[in-house]
Amino acid sequence: MNELVFFVNKVLISGTVLGSIYALGAVGITLIFGILRFAHFAHGDVMTLGAFVTFILTTLATGIAAGMGIVTPVPMAILVLPLAMLISAALVLGIDWGFYAPLRKRGAPAVTLLIASIGVALMIQGLIRLFSGVATRTFYDEAPKQIFRLDLSALGARRPLIITEPQVWMIILTLVAVLALHFFLTRSRLGKGMRAMADNPALAQVSGINTQLVVRVTWVIAGSLACLAGTMLALDVTLKPDLAFNILLPVFAAAIVGGLGHTYGAVAGGFLVGFAETMAVFNWAVLLRPFKGVLPDWIPNDLSIVPTEYKLTVAFTILVIVLLVKPTGLFKGVSS
Amino acid sequence: MIRRSLMLYGFLCVLIVGVAMVMGAAFTLQLLVQAMALSLVALGLNIQWGYGGLFNFGVMGFIMVGGFAVSFISVPLNMEFWNSEGPLMLFKAIIAAGIGALMIMGANRLHRYGASKRWHRTAQIAAWIFAYLIYRSQIDPAARYIEAEAGYIGGLGLPVIVGWAFGGLLAGGIAYVIGKIALGLRTDYLAIATIGISEIIRAFIKNMDWLTRGTLTVTPLPWPVPRPQEYQSWGVDSVASFIYARAGYLAVVLIIILVAMFLIQRAYGGPWGRMMRAIRDNHIAAASMGKDVKARQLEIFIFGSVLISIGGAILVSFSQIFDPAAFLPINHTFIIWVMVIVGGAGNNYGVLFGGIFIYTIWVMSEPLSQALFANLSAMSERIGWGAIPEIESRSLQMRVFVLGLVITFALRYAPHGLIPEVIHRDKEEEKQPEKDSLKQV
Repeated sequence: MNELVFFVNKVLISGTVLGSIYALGAVGITLIFGILRFAHFAHGDVMTLGAFVTFILTTLATGIAAGMGIVTPVPMAILVLPLAMLISAALVLGIDWGFYAPLRKRGAPAVTLLIASIGVALMIQGLIRLFSGVATRTFYDEAPKQIFRLDLSALGARRPLIITEPQVWMIILTLVAVLALHFFLTRSRLGKGMRAMADNPALAQVSGINTQLVVRVTWVIAGSLACLAGTMLALDVTLKPDLAFNILLPVFAAAIVGGLGHTYGAVAGGFLVGFAETMAVFNWAVLLRPFKGVLPDWIPNDLSIVPTEYKLTVAFTILVIVLLVKPTGLFKGVSS
Repeated sequence: MIRRSLMLYGFLCVLIVGVAMVMGAAFTLQLLVQAMALSLVALGLNIQWGYGGLFNFGVMGFIMVGGFAVSFISVPLNMEFWNSEGPLMLFKAIIAAGIGALMIMGANRLHRYGASKRWHRTAQIAAWIFAYLIYRSQIDPAARYIEAEAGYIGGLGLPVIVGWAFGGLLAGGIAYVIGKIALGLRTDYLAIATIGISEIIRAFIKNMDWLTRGTLTVTPLPWPVPRPQEYQSWGVDSVASFIYARAGYLAVVLIIILVAMFLIQRAYGGPWGRMMRAIRDNHIAAASMGKDVKARQLEIFIFGSVLISIGGAILVSFSQIFDPAAFLPINHTFIIWVMVIVGGAGNNYGVLFGGIFIYTIWVMSEPLSQALFANLSAMSERIGWGAIPEIESRSLQMRVFVLGLVITFALRYAPHGLIPEVIHRDKEEEKQPEKDSLKQV
């Protein structure tokens, strides 16, 4: 029983958390690809940027709240999140206006936009490091992270089920964001316009859909979701300037696995990659421990599929297998 | 166009002479050797991107392969390893890997012996899993044993030039495998796949301590020419020893660059290069003319990777230390892309110019940005905002921002680079439309 709880802690909960982060990032990438037809490599850095915006707002708001003597029931980072998402959306719109729109207007090929997005990624990274230094920060300077321990002794386990407060928030917020996105895409006029444009841009324009507006809305959604994902990642671990470059590969893998341009596919891909990663580095020998007496001795103590240092290879392997077996992704994506 | 190139190269010479006058000859020689090595890398990328239109965002990975190869070949033998059980255990691991490879190959051929598609798939998956397990069961204890007993397996003590060549060979092999898997993909998939590969190569080289010594670093690496220490032991004073040694190294690198330039320039002008450009510009048309697009692209990917890896090996040999932690995508992938884009993709002279020019600017911007930030800090102190904290590290980050800005501006205002690719057309053909249009007017 202890071992099972350990499994839930290490695989189910962290897999869900990681999957939520990947899913939110992948949705942004897949939306941008669907509407603008280029792979946005700066997305990881947009996520970091969003996390830093939230961090700055949190620091400001905590100072003000402490001055007025207000104690908030939820973490300050969650309270300022909507504002941070708005600011990130505005920043991303600015980036598009400054760097991508002129190239699009010239009719540059998708490849040029891709390289430009790398340039933008470097600029964001440089700016973040310029203003914040290279130090690692945490949202929990004053108050420690609240940890929920579910006592399972009734079931015969000595180990409690552990979940931290930001993890709970993360799962709830991802659910809300995905549902909101779903209703936006299926019920609202603008959302339907977006889907139409992802399907056939020329036809969408002829049928009177305001394509400029659709492009702007795409950036707003992608930017705000990136901010949400970045903040979540920073809440769960720590805030570093190179936070996002490391998760760019899994996020892209998630988007491609789900089929580029396919929103629900991106969510599914995010969770798939997240669970695959946590399951690959999990030491399966733990689950065999209760049967130690029965099993032969030669079974080693370390049965993780991949050593933790090579976690990155998991996302990559999934990516390669999907590309080889089903190049359009698990759900059918759009082609460029 | 020739006038423009000559002017730009003249400007480059003036710039380097200026640097030499301010910073001294030893520093300038070091700068030139590194710039030349990175230019070789940029030429490799130019073959891939400029000739073939193939994305490679994994330049850093291939540079690291070159660095590992040269450190493995040229470092003296580690007798502690050769006298231990290590070689035997490694031999067993290699045998295990061989058995695994045979099984996978066997499973791949199963359909020839009448196995149904379903059985074929199942056998393939089972073979992969079994091969992985059998290999891990041998390599894990071997790695632990070597790390505990001997540290790492050491080098082979062969000449440095052999190491550079081996770097090229190794990178070619890796590029073949990657190309087989990834080259059929769309450009954006290829981009993310190469980024992933370079990160994975870095993870392996960093963590396989038994093979590469990981973050403990391998040092000192030998040179193909006498090192400053050797000149000093012959009684040359320390400043002159650095100049002589680096000048000797520069000569070796220059010879390699000249040979490489000659070869790839010939290849570019010849039928092979024309075919490559045809494939780059319209691969469907090229395929319909009977060109084997996939095989040609694989060829170009391998050639480019070989050149990148040799450049990386030269760079690592020169710095005398192989430290996997010192490799960053910004310094070893994106700056190479800036060199190619700013210089002019497809034009070797442009890329060579871009390589030397961008690297010189990159190195010189370090003291410049520090001076700028020191001034800014003094100013903010005068106003009363206080000095800028951590000024050293921050001012260096400024360069990352500028690099990004250069990429986006170059794409917007000079998408073909400073010395663009010359596209030869028949003069008749070029004049013909003009005449026609005149007639129409």
